[in-house]
Amino acid sequence: MTTATQTGPAEGLNSGSILLTLMKLRTFIALFAVIIFFSFFAPNFLSTANMILMSKHATQNAFLAIGMTFVIITGGIDLSVGSIVGLCGMVAGGLILYGIELPIGYTVYFNVVEVAFIVAIVGIVIGAINGLLITRLNVAPFIATLGTLYVARGMALLYSDGQTLPNLQGKQELGNQGFSYLGSGSILGLPVSVWILIAVALGAAYFARFVPLGRHIFAVGGNERAARMSGIRVNRVKMFVYMFSGFCAAIVGLVISSELMASHPATGTNLELNAIAAAVLGGTSMSGGRGTIGGTIIGAFVIGILSDGLVMMGVSSFWQMVIKGLVIIVAVVVDQAQRRLQQRVTLMQMAKAG
Amino acid sequence: MTGSDDGDVILELRDITKAYSGILAVKKADLKLHRGAVNVLVGENGAGKSTLMRIIAGVERPTLGEIFLDGEKIHLDTPADAVRHGIGIVFQELNLFGNLSVAENIFSTREITRGLRGIDHKAQVAKANEFLDRLEAGISADTLAEDLPIGQQQLVEIARAVSLDTRILIMDEPTSALSAAEVDILFRVIADLKARGVAIVYISHRLEELMRIGDYITVLKDGQITGHAMVKDIDTSWIVRSMIGSDAKDFAKQIDHPLGDEVFRAEEICLPRVQGGYAVDHVSLSVRKGEILGIYGLMGAGRSELFECIMARQEHYTGKVFIDGAELKGRDTTRRIREGLALIPEDRQREGLVQSMSIAGNLTMASLSQFVKAGFHIDLARERQAIGEAIRGLAIKAKNPDFEVTSMSGGNQQKVVIGKALMTGPKVLLMDEPSRGIDVGAKADVFRTMRRLASEGLAILFSTSDLEEVMALSDRIAVMSNGRLVTVVARRDATEEMIISASAEGHKTKRNHA
Repeated sequence: MTTATQTGPAEGLNSGSILLTLMKLRTFIALFAVIIFFSFFAPNFLSTANMILMSKHATQNAFLAIGMTFVIITGGIDLSVGSIVGLCGMVAGGLILYGIELPIGYTVYFNVVEVAFIVAIVGIVIGAINGLLITRLNVAPFIATLGTLYVARGMALLYSDGQTLPNLQGKQELGNQGFSYLGSGSILGLPVSVWILIAVALGAAYFARFVPLGRHIFAVGGNERAARMSGIRVNRVKMFVYMFSGFCAAIVGLVISSELMASHPATGTNLELNAIAAAVLGGTSMSGGRGTIGGTIIGAFVIGILSDGLVMMGVSSFWQMVIKGLVIIVAVVVDQAQRRLQQRVTLMQMAKAG
Repeated sequence: MTGSDDGDVILELRDITKAYSGILAVKKADLKLHRGAVNVLVGENGAGKSTLMRIIAGVERPTLGEIFLDGEKIHLDTPADAVRHGIGIVFQELNLFGNLSVAENIFSTREITRGLRGIDHKAQVAKANEFLDRLEAGISADTLAEDLPIGQQQLVEIARAVSLDTRILIMDEPTSALSAAEVDILFRVIADLKARGVAIVYISHRLEELMRIGDYITVLKDGQITGHAMVKDIDTSWIVRSMIGSDAKDFAKQIDHPLGDEVFRAEEICLPRVQGGYAVDHVSLSVRKGEILGIYGLMGAGRSELFECIMARQEHYTGKVFIDGAELKGRDTTRRIREGLALIPEDRQREGLVQSMSIAGNLTMASLSQFVKAGFHIDLARERQAIGEAIRGLAIKAKNPDFEVTSMSGGNQQKVVIGKALMTGPKVLLMDEPSRGIDVGAKADVFRTMRRLASEGLAILFSTSDLEEVMALSDRIAVMSNGRLVTVVARRDATEEMIISASAEGHKTKRNHA
């Protein structure tokens, strides 16, 4: 293709491109809108301490939303992440407090790094179960993950008979101290969990653009039959996204129990809904094929800041739910309207020019 | 514009323009439809015929322009508006509800009801059967639409449009899935409708068909109307000239090149049919390096199924596939592609393209591993370069490879699918009806590409139901009928009569058995 043919359409689209950029920045605009709003109406909103606290809260949604984004791009859904958070928190707490009792009378204790590793494996395994149900047994993603939602939550409750596992400081003689670092440690003034989020988000964004498997996620969600015909191993791609989603949920389980230094089996209830909301706010299409990690992160922060800001303003938690729901609906409606409007404007321009 | 008769116009389009993102599908088109006549519309793929018809059917709204019915200005904002004005359409792509019965499909949105007692299914089935009998379709109105073969589904669509009692009936490539006998019946129905004063709009790529039943002809090129005439005043070469601007013969010139050794062999490929019998019946064939093997057959002859078996897309097939003498183990499309096979599927939209991705993304999706460094990292620069080469090599008209693939015309989309297959570096290329639903210009491009690839040493198997095409392109011709491979002949020994009689062979023996 010559350069001459490339400049032609570029000029024609120039005026439409402003609208296009606006559309892409939609979630950014929402982010700034909530920040500006709360900095006026919520006391101490802009203080450093509060900013760090809020970013910690938003981080939890963001982890789950990254995994959810990949799942949704393949055209699926993962409802089990909230329960995986709860179960993984319990596993972490249990390993630190009680270790693993071997049948021969010994009890094995793990250091914190090993605990984190085992918990991550637990999350990935539950994700793999979701994946197997969906790819091998042809269960619809909604149903398969709804099933694991209940199973995982039930197992978390069974683990301690519904009790909280408190005081996860660990013991010096067992060498498993320092669990609090994940949830309350900080590097260069930023919480450790935020650093991990940055690493996971960059990794996921890189994966989506530069790794074949990541690209295949989009192809599978866009047209599964065509993807199969092109030799993409669709089942492998689906297995991966659910396992990755489970992994993200395990991280959140670790972070929350480390922050509280206690594991409660009901932790993470309804978090899957926040994750879906964040992904959708960030422009992920529920019908599959489209979405970005960057958009999802911003979406997660919009939701996080919104709920924290409302708490600071003293809005009742009942109203908070109503407002959160409305924001999600409005975001999607505006997205659709903007798309349509923009399309019509460019089409009219083209029709007149042509 | 040759002298065309302007009497008795029922519908008139004035200055219609329709823009999609990235493309002007129709530019300032004026079109007149005549009462009691077959108004033929021809043009290359992407010339805007279907768009124009979708505007008349109220599916799309024109970006600019006006529509007049019997001299009065009307607005067609929804398909329901069009139906109210007596406009019916048979779409190119099938629009049936597979999960509903044929009768329910025919009467959807205007169900026969018995007041509060709901839908009168019996009456619907009875009336639907009436329409179907008129089409001599041999379809029972209470079967599920998805259980019918594609040709019969097409007939159901036509029955549905006819049942609407329309004044204007649009048929967008109604014969693309019909057998010769079914086409004859359709033409009888059209003649009947014409006699009752219905204005028919008929779109097709098959020029001989247009000459047979057309009264008025309008030619579209690049969204503009380039010719309008009475069919009796013109000939096919006039149509071709108006469509592509010159009197081009659409087959690439033959380049003679020596053939290499056998590269592909299939042995005893067999695929059982659900209803009993075989969809692919013990087919064995081989192809040499640089050879083009044309597989001729009618609808349902088992050509697509054979290709799907070779690509291991069908789970239950038996038989062996060899490349370079080595048997391919494992039933896995991904491995087949890696071992040097590639398939260009018949249904571009459902199996060829990922509509939500860009042109570039579609081109490289099957071959990403080639651009990988260090085990997982895609080298974007190398990928870009390969995309550029593919776009140039196949003469794809892509303004920007980052645009969505759906912003291009059908012919260019087909080239993207071909490009995707070629980028996997195949030794054997399977093309299932590569010219289906493509205009003359893009067809010539595709045929030229096939010739060039063969001369570069690629072995090509392509299927077609176009006799002229199989005679012009193949080095050898295989004829399939009813799942069986009836004969394989070298082109110089083949005659058209021979191929036609061979293609009916499978049905003959079946009848003898029955």
